[in-house]
Amino acid sequence: MSSPQFREPLIEVKDLYVYFYTYAGVVKAIEDMTFTIYKGEKFCMVGETGCGKSVTSRALANIVPSPGRIVKGKVIYYRDGKPINILELSEEQLREIRGKEIAYIVQDPSSALDPLYTIGYQIVETMIDHYTVKDWKEGYKRAVELLREVLMPDPEQRIKNYPHELSGGQRQRAVISIGLSNMPRLLIADEPTSSLDVTVQAQLLELLRRLVREHGLTLFLITHDMGVVAEMCDRVAVLYAGNIVELAPVDEIFKNPKHPYTMGLLRAVPNPQADIEKLEPIPGTIPNLIYPPPGCRFHPRCPFARDVCKREKPPLVEVGPGHYVRCWLHAE
Amino acid sequence: MSAEEVYEKKILDRFSDALIAFIVKIITLFKKDWAKKNKSRIDEWRLMLYALNRSPIGIAGLVLGLGFVIIGIIGPWIAPHSYDFSYIMATGKFKEYYLAPPGTGGALLGTDDLGRDLLSLLLYGARVSLMATVLVLPIGITIGIIIGLVAGYYGGAVDEILMRLTDVFLAFPGLILALAFSSALTQRIALAIAHSQFLTSLISSLFGVKPVDALNVAPVLSIIVALWIVWWPGYARMTRGLTLQEKNNVYVEASKALGLSSPAIMFRHILPNILGPIIVMMTLDIGGVILTEAGLSFLMGAMVKIPDWGAIVQAGSQYLVQGKWWLVIFPGLAILISVLGWNLFGDSLRDILDPRTRRSIEFKIKKKKKMEEGEEQ
Repeated sequence: MSSPQFREPLIEVKDLYVYFYTYAGVVKAIEDMTFTIYKGEKFCMVGETGCGKSVTSRALANIVPSPGRIVKGKVIYYRDGKPINILELSEEQLREIRGKEIAYIVQDPSSALDPLYTIGYQIVETMIDHYTVKDWKEGYKRAVELLREVLMPDPEQRIKNYPHELSGGQRQRAVISIGLSNMPRLLIADEPTSSLDVTVQAQLLELLRRLVREHGLTLFLITHDMGVVAEMCDRVAVLYAGNIVELAPVDEIFKNPKHPYTMGLLRAVPNPQADIEKLEPIPGTIPNLIYPPPGCRFHPRCPFARDVCKREKPPLVEVGPGHYVRCWLHAE
Repeated sequence: MSAEEVYEKKILDRFSDALIAFIVKIITLFKKDWAKKNKSRIDEWRLMLYALNRSPIGIAGLVLGLGFVIIGIIGPWIAPHSYDFSYIMATGKFKEYYLAPPGTGGALLGTDDLGRDLLSLLLYGARVSLMATVLVLPIGITIGIIIGLVAGYYGGAVDEILMRLTDVFLAFPGLILALAFSSALTQRIALAIAHSQFLTSLISSLFGVKPVDALNVAPVLSIIVALWIVWWPGYARMTRGLTLQEKNNVYVEASKALGLSSPAIMFRHILPNILGPIIVMMTLDIGGVILTEAGLSFLMGAMVKIPDWGAIVQAGSQYLVQGKWWLVIFPGLAILISVLGWNLFGDSLRDILDPRTRRSIEFKIKKKKKMEEGEEQ
């Protein structure tokens, strides 16, 4: 099973730098980020906590929270084949894209809904604001359909419920249906299942996969769970300390990891097929991004670190079809 | 399902149940099925009233506060005499009715130096105080909320500018600032009233005075305008703080990511979520406005013709040394009671609006499942 080839780009991130200006200093959260998401694919971003996954996803819709700022770079969104730089749009133009063409599903469904409104209201609200539906009556009808589509039990009743009356899984379904309400082209899901039960997780992932297939969505999934990656994705970007260290089709990552960090990550995950005696954690901790290590950011924890790693930052090089690695081991 | 709703009730609870049943009935007239859909909301309302019923101080405050409002509305009609009626002019008995003590020949609370009936003056004065609160609070609060929301939501330079502006207003003592504004404004407002037939009739009906005296309301109006100017900074500060706190919630970020406009996020999502503390502060401020208005009219004096509580105290204070206490004590009591009422109610309102209090009340008064049929359903 080889991953299908997607050729038409939907969104291109070029040379993105995001810094956070805190009192302690400038946190260089993302540096030199370049990747492309193709139309119709399921693109995954994986990495440890604090490596910049969520910030990257927010940068795509230009909602990096303060004190963060996009220092430079481009986010090019292809709308009907025409490239638009999202970072140069006015707030008003952005609003037309956010929620309508790029939808965002946040990590924690319990706080992503306004406690004072019924979920029906919140679903319809975005549709009304984007003129997807004519009036509230039509909106509610559509909301019931949407909830049915995300397999919410008893949707006619649920649209009258307030968020606190729903379970975590139901809330996340509601959040997903809000995201879907305007039929976006890109769905960004920021760890959509990490706060849920394993069984609910599996259902929701299956649901996302079905939605992508049926509606021709493009999915940008953020996770720290290699299991989810293997399950869901076509291509994977492995992030470490604000840099993409490896970018490859999903099979390649699991069969043929090139970067020492990816290898470490895979060894740190239990694999029921392989009979490993114990899991190997990656030694050390993620670096302080106010003073990132010079050269390759992974070198203090890397078993293969050489002199050049401490001095110079490795470039992203192609080592196989669609397989990119940022490591001096492969750069020569 | 009805078994767990059997509460141990007091007499007042039956009252409040009836009240809520009545409100629900009225709403159902306009919206069918409303009661069924909003069952949990109605239950919350009921518990809120139960919580109020269990706080004697809150009840006392509500009674006093509502008493003030009712007397403010009907005062001019139930007053035994008009505010400009003078026993001296009517009977010609100067000696008897000049500063007559309470109980003298028909004047229940005594008369002032012009021979006017003090009780009538106080009843008319209640209307003036009520109008002051009604005119000051909504406008002052609206300005404050809008400035606070905008500052808190946008942050950065907008926040800095708006909050420094607020600081400028807060830097002066409110009473002094209001005094300066109101003394500067009185002339202009009087001029505006004199030139407009409409304003004259509006003001005379609002304040319960004769159209001839509408001009004399100008000082009170200038106080009201001055209070708009000094009243918003407190609300702007509070709203900004609450907005900053609320802004951190994920749903605000989520609605931004969904492409909702900033006004929609501010007014549809943030504002309703922070309204609780603002309502409490508003209730406490009703007393504050009455007090400040009375204080300002006391300081400005000179409003002999208009029955304003502060002005009555001021006019009467010069006779206090002669032992004519009623001119100061009775209006003072009127101010005290109305201010106290709203303050007490505001204090217990804070508890009532807190969901935790409701839960504990629910827990406390809930009976164990009764075997006999409860009267509910």
